Amino acid sequence: MDVSLLIIQTLNGLQLGLLLFLVASGLTLVFGILDFVNLAHAALYMVGAFICATLTYALGNFIYAVIVSLPITAAVGFVVERFVARPLYARGHLDQVLATFGLILVFETLAHMIWGPAGIAVPLPPALDGQTLLPGAIEIPTFRLVIIGAGLAAAGGLFWLVNYTRLGMLIRAGASNRTMVGALGINIQLLFSLVFALGAALAGLAGMLIAPITEASIGMGNSIIITAFVVIIVGGIGSMKGAFIAALLIGLIDTLGRSFLDDLFGLFMSSDAAENAAPAVSAMLIYIIMAGVLAFRPQGLFPPKVR
Amino acid sequence: MERISRQDWIAIIVLALLAVLPPLFLSMGQSFWMDLATRLVILAIAASSLNLVLGYGGLVSFGHAAFVGLGAYAVGIPAHHWLYGGMDPIATTNGFVQIGLAVGVCALFALVTGLICLRTRGVYFIMITMAFAQMVYYGIVSIEEYGGDDGLVIDSRSEFPGISLDDPLQLYLLAWASLVVVVVLVRMIVNSRFGMVLKGGKGNEQRMATLGFNIYAYRLVAYVISGAICGYAGALLGNFTTFISPEMMDWGRSGELMFMVILGGAATLAGPILGATVFIVLEEALSSWTVYWHLPFGLFLILVVLYVRGGLTGLLSGKKED
Amino acid sequence: MGDILRAEGLNKSFGGIKATDDLHLAVATNELHAIIGPNGAGKTTLIGQLSGLQYPDTGTIYYKDRDITRLPAHRRAPLGIARSFQITSLVMEMSVIDNIALALQAKSGHSFRFFRPARSEKALRDGAMALLERVGLGAKAHMPTVALSHGEHRNMEIAIALGAQAELMLLDEPMAGLGAEESLQMVELLQSIKGQHSILLIEHDMDAVFALADRISVLVYGHIIATGTPDEIRSNEAVQHAYLGEE
Repeated sequence: MDVSLLIIQTLNGLQLGLLLFLVASGLTLVFGILDFVNLAHAALYMVGAFICATLTYALGNFIYAVIVSLPITAAVGFVVERFVARPLYARGHLDQVLATFGLILVFETLAHMIWGPAGIAVPLPPALDGQTLLPGAIEIPTFRLVIIGAGLAAAGGLFWLVNYTRLGMLIRAGASNRTMVGALGINIQLLFSLVFALGAALAGLAGMLIAPITEASIGMGNSIIITAFVVIIVGGIGSMKGAFIAALLIGLIDTLGRSFLDDLFGLFMSSDAAENAAPAVSAMLIYIIMAGVLAFRPQGLFPPKVR
Repeated sequence: MERISRQDWIAIIVLALLAVLPPLFLSMGQSFWMDLATRLVILAIAASSLNLVLGYGGLVSFGHAAFVGLGAYAVGIPAHHWLYGGMDPIATTNGFVQIGLAVGVCALFALVTGLICLRTRGVYFIMITMAFAQMVYYGIVSIEEYGGDDGLVIDSRSEFPGISLDDPLQLYLLAWASLVVVVVLVRMIVNSRFGMVLKGGKGNEQRMATLGFNIYAYRLVAYVISGAICGYAGALLGNFTTFISPEMMDWGRSGELMFMVILGGAATLAGPILGATVFIVLEEALSSWTVYWHLPFGLFLILVVLYVRGGLTGLLSGKKED
Repeated sequence: MGDILRAEGLNKSFGGIKATDDLHLAVATNELHAIIGPNGAGKTTLIGQLSGLQYPDTGTIYYKDRDITRLPAHRRAPLGIARSFQITSLVMEMSVIDNIALALQAKSGHSFRFFRPARSEKALRDGAMALLERVGLGAKAHMPTVALSHGEHRNMEIAIALGAQAELMLLDEPMAGLGAEESLQMVELLQSIKGQHSILLIEHDMDAVFALADRISVLVYGHIIATGTPDEIRSNEAVQHAYLGEE
């Protein structure tokens, strides 16, 4: 096994894991506090990427575009909360799933009408576009390190927000006891809207960060949302800590599985068989892990204490 | 004999219309409508199977498209090997073997995933069924021999003695008769002792447990039956389209099946058929009108969820019954 | 052995809170044993453990001298244990008679029968109807459960417990939310089945408890501080201090 490849793939796995965390944290936040299943989270991821792409060309710089796109995506989330999510809080999860599924169709078609059917590439500023030399003569695209850094910063910021601010205190209280927070005279509607907008901004940020690598495209959110579901199922729905740990776990397992599973299989089966089996198994690996976790812990690794 | 309820009448009327109209269209040279009706009837079977667990059992499965896909591949893969060699034990175009394979594989998949999924509740169940379906999706995508992402053309349809599925009318009649059988079967099941327990578990799981029912076992059996029926629908769909791809198992397809059930009326016999009908006709009408048809379609979906409780059957029969 | 149910040293905590604290309890065969205690004394948690919807952290529950501590709820019911719920717990979507018939169905043969309509089984229908007559709901048998009043729901709960042919009934506040007249009817109904079944009655309504119970146990902070006849409990100083005095 090639050690430098292992290091590169570990960093790639870390990058995927942090992107997953950005998407999953919003999902788990909205579910934990609002008891709302939001499939349209995938659409917010896409919307973030498209807005950022447009602004990158308008403003001439990717960094500025991200900074401006974040509040816009949050605002989109705010509007979605007000007009689609809110009437659905009192309804079952089935209705929520279906309505937000409809919302995805609406968002994707709107994106199609505004930005056209083809994807939009997002150019990076030269400073972020090159390769960085790590110790041990390992070259890695600078932007991947940027994603890792940004993901860690966002995770840290979220941790600080939830644990050390007044808003975070309300969020934590609201997650365990909605009526109590309402009784304290807090505007619970506003709190919900803010939480939703925050989730939207996080999903949007993930979309913006991935856009320079994959380009912004319709349907880009549809596969990451399932993986994000796997993350929050494994982590325990509603748990931020669970989402973080599970996201890194899933990101690393998925990435490393795809590159090294055939080597691993080669240790105990013929290389032909390994080459045939490895792609199928690595494609399904995270789901197998999920099934394994659930078989022993149906509530995930870190189920939230009281709901 | 039990009484025939208003809901049953709706089902009977819709099934009768479906028996008469499409062949009529065909005789007038409108084969387009025949194709539409075939797809509709097959999807109605799949939606009926979903209705058994979702409507009557209260189990929101977001992964039923996986059964459709597995059923279709259970026709496509044996046919592929029959024509191009390899995998001798399953290489066949014998319809009975293929259907048996579709039903068997789907029942097994439902059993294995159900054992895990049904340990969970509520939103976990929704997401896990969705994730397992996605697992099958990626599994099929990764197998290059069967076309991976690009899908697989079925060059030879299932063969049955005496009927030819290459004839659109015969294929349609088979699908229609299958739908009738499935509707009758679902009606029997939900009114049986088993069905009473299943419905009771939807309404109040704790109560059923303290009465002595191991609701997990009943749900598992219902899930397996549902998966098997859905796999059968998939086998028919493969024969109809003669082109199958992992896209059939995309979670969007699962969502569409759910929408059909809710639109027509969950936990009603005619619901899935009505739902599939409106869904297919609307999809056809909107998509021939504009490329942006997903926009009005998505809005329609949202409005139905927000404002039409009980679905179309609820509207037609005036009241909801169990 | 006169005890149908014995709980020995039950403990159960949620987070840091002890809901059940070294609890000992014995219910004699065919007695009506009431449990009283202030709000938050852990009554519902106790009944949850006895019916198998929750498990104690430590301690043992014996039913007819058999250890059932870890037996799940659906396997206790066939042994003859039935429970009613404090918050009415019926299948609201089903008709009244279907709810009762399900209780009978649980007792007669298996339910992995897929083809014969359950509503055509005469034994189930007639039996359910008889039970409904007994609790005074015969006329409403075919109404949707959701359409009945709260008091009628409580009566359905009793009919279901009867239908389960329970030797031991765990009744969780059957009078909760009932009006004065409905409460009297419920007392009458319980009086009429008393002596034929062992009944563990958890109840807030003191008049009802002292009128019905053979023995009373007083639960305070998850611990039983006294057990005795209604007269003994009335005159027990610890009880007066801990519970009755606070009223």
